[in-house]
Order: sequence, then structure tokens, then C-alpha cells
Amino acid sequence: MRGDPRSMTVLSPRSAAEAVRSLAENAGALPLAGGTDLMVVWNLGLLNGKVVVDLSRVGEWKKISVAKNAVRIGSLVTHSEIQRHAVIRARFPLLVQACSVVGAAQIQNRGTLGGNIANASPAGDTFPPLAVYEAVVHCVGPDGKRVLPIDMFFAGVKKTNLKPGELIEAIELPVPATAPSRAAFRKVGTRAAQSISKTMFAGLLWLKKDGTVADARLSFGSLAPTVKRLRSAERLLAGRRLDAATAAAAAAVLTDDVSPIDDIRSTRDYRLEVSRNLLVQFLEGRKR
Amino acid sequence: MITLTVNGRKKKFAGAPFTRLIDALREEFRLTGTKEGCGEGECGACTVLLDGEPVNSCLIPACSADGRRIETVESLGTPEKLSRLQESFLVCGGAQCGICTPGMLMSAHSHLKAGGKTDDESVRTALAGNLCRCTGYQDIVKSVIGAAKKGAKRK
Repeated sequence: MRGDPRSMTVLSPRSAAEAVRSLAENAGALPLAGGTDLMVVWNLGLLNGKVVVDLSRVGEWKKISVAKNAVRIGSLVTHSEIQRHAVIRARFPLLVQACSVVGAAQIQNRGTLGGNIANASPAGDTFPPLAVYEAVVHCVGPDGKRVLPIDMFFAGVKKTNLKPGELIEAIELPVPATAPSRAAFRKVGTRAAQSISKTMFAGLLWLKKDGTVADARLSFGSLAPTVKRLRSAERLLAGRRLDAATAAAAAAVLTDDVSPIDDIRSTRDYRLEVSRNLLVQFLEGRKR
Repeated sequence: MITLTVNGRKKKFAGAPFTRLIDALREEFRLTGTKEGCGEGECGACTVLLDGEPVNSCLIPACSADGRRIETVESLGTPEKLSRLQESFLVCGGAQCGICTPGMLMSAHSHLKAGGKTDDESVRTALAGNLCRCTGYQDIVKSVIGAAKKGAKRK
């Protein structure tokens, strides 16, 4: 069966407050942002008869605001708008790179950052960058506002820790105190565009003057039900000099934090092999 | 009531608000140039411009497009007077079975109009969301670059 538009009830709030009220008053209603995930499921006829809260008129959540120590990206900001924003390009280049490989132009023009994280795919392209930038998610619901660090936001495959009736207002990225010495994002998929990743890496590295690691933030997507920080490898790297042995040691503890599976896109073995290579490449400072 | 500006004309849409934009365009406004391929945002056959940007019209309910500007392939040229881009597709063999063509044209049109780069890689990136199952990509890319060159010459 296909989606039947006549079976749907659409609510069109004109403000954030109205959106929260609409969702609170209609248990089980579906928030609609860019629609690039929701409409795929709807087209298959799986959401007929539902109430949809169309967020397309909630102007407050379409803004990007820049403060000295942080950039706040409204939940309804699109992947294209993020790529065009000069400050985000300068301060959070890994997020910009991730947004540029989401689907292709048509999806980037519609898909929103809030929608991307709310959908909570294990393969969400923006998640590894959000993890290493230590983003926080601003939520609002009938009981008021709440802030969730990105690593507390995801609960599992397609599951978040949003409470019923809660919506995402914005994603805030704190600007690192010092600029990282090294930063990289890599997505490995079947083709460059439109593909869902087999593995995805984001890394930030701060080196001391003597060449030892001051701090490392490493993250993989598509290797576990949710995006993961490599806490074990990060701890191991702190204070060490970056050489081939250190890189290999960090790669050896990858599975402390991730647990890839065999599925339609790839296998556990392939994912691990490629992911270890991406990590070693990054730590050894080699270009692709 | 939903109001859409389609190819420069204000139109009222009185159907169900959750009707997909592609269905409103094809069935209500009889603009059948826009084609449906996959119906899940993978193939780009249904690409139209929403406020000037390429989008998949199969993934947008009409309610989300209320008050906005939509351009379809019908806005480019007429059978009597093709646009430069359409002409180039004809000359270079950029259209084979034709299903992907309206979407390819709209993505390419938006890229060129925005002043996008016209080297091979940039054109391919601009068209990355449009699949051609005849795999006629070489000639499609040639068509777009050809149109851009012609445009530059005329200036």
C-alpha cells in the first residue's frame, strides 16, 4: 500500500511554543522537519492515519547563532546551510565535510541537522563530527527545556533519549579552547554520493610542542548501534609520541569501544579492517 | 488552502495537505514533465527547484511547500524553443529513455544558474543525486558542459 494523503492529519504550528503544544496534545504525532527520512517511510504506506506536526514554519529553529565560545545551529537548519556558513566552515570543518556527503544536493537542501540526529540511524553522517566536537543537544518539551550531551542523546538503533513530546531546538557546538593540530573526517561507502556508510571516522588531535599527544578525540559511526567515541584509544594516546607503534596500539584497542556487525552493507571483518586503517592513517598523519 | 508559485504563476492547491509535491504537480496542475522514479529520494528523477534549490518532489508534502516557489522542467523551454541546456542534451545525446532527463535538467540548470563550476568533477557532483539507468552519464555530463561553454561564448 502507498501513503494515502487523505488519511493524514497535518498540524502547522507557527512558532516553537505552538509546535511543543501541538506535539503534547497529540500523543504519537510525528514531527516533520525536512522529510527526507519520514517521507520515505510514508511513501511505503507505513504511516497512514497518523498526525503530523509540520515544523516548516517554525522560524526560531532555522537560525544559526554565533557566540564567542560556541555556535548554535537551529534544529531546522539544513545540511546545505551548514556548508555555506562561514563560521562553521572555519571552526567546525569536519561537520561541513560530513554535511557535504549526506545523500546528494537534493537531500542536503531538505534534510536538517535536527532531523538527522532525531532519526538516530547508526550511520548518521554528521554524528562522528558532532561526537568529537562534543556537541550538546537543546531539547524542549511540555516539562520545559533540557540539554543532552551528544553521547547521551542516542539510545540505540533509531532510538533517542528524547522524552515523549520533546523536540530538538538546536545543536550547540563549543569551540575548542585551542585549534586542533590535526582534524579529519572520512566516510567509506559503496559510492561517493547517496550511499549509506560502511564505516565513518572523525578525529581531532592536539599535539604538544615536543610532539606528544596532548589530547585526542576519535569517533566512528556505523560500527555500533550508535556513534561511538574511542575512549580506550584516546586514553592510550594521551602523552605518547605518535609513531607507528603508538598508532598500531591505538588500532588494536578499537574493539574496546565498537562492535560492528555483518549486514546488507558490509561485514564485521571488512568494517574493522578499514576502520583500523583509517585510524592508523590519521594518527600517522598520512594523507589518503 | 495551500498556495504555491509554480513556474512563476500563483496556484491554489485544494487537495489533501499531505499530498506529495510530485502528485500535486502532475495530477492537479497537469505538469507531467516531472517523473517519479524510485519514490524514496534515491534517483532524483522527480527533481524540481524549491525556492531555487534542487529537491526531490517525492519527499515533500504540499503543506511543507506552502507559500514557496517551485520550478519544474516545463519552466525551461518549449518544444518550439528549447533552452540552451535542453538543446545541448539533444545535440550531445544526453537523453536516452528520458525518465531521468527532467531531473537531470533541473539539477544541471540550478547548478549553472548558481554559477557553479563547469569542470567534469563539479558537474558530476552537482548531478550525483540523479541516477540514469541507461547509464548515459558521459553524454549527460558532456551536455551540461557543452551548454555552459555555449553560454559563455554568447556573453
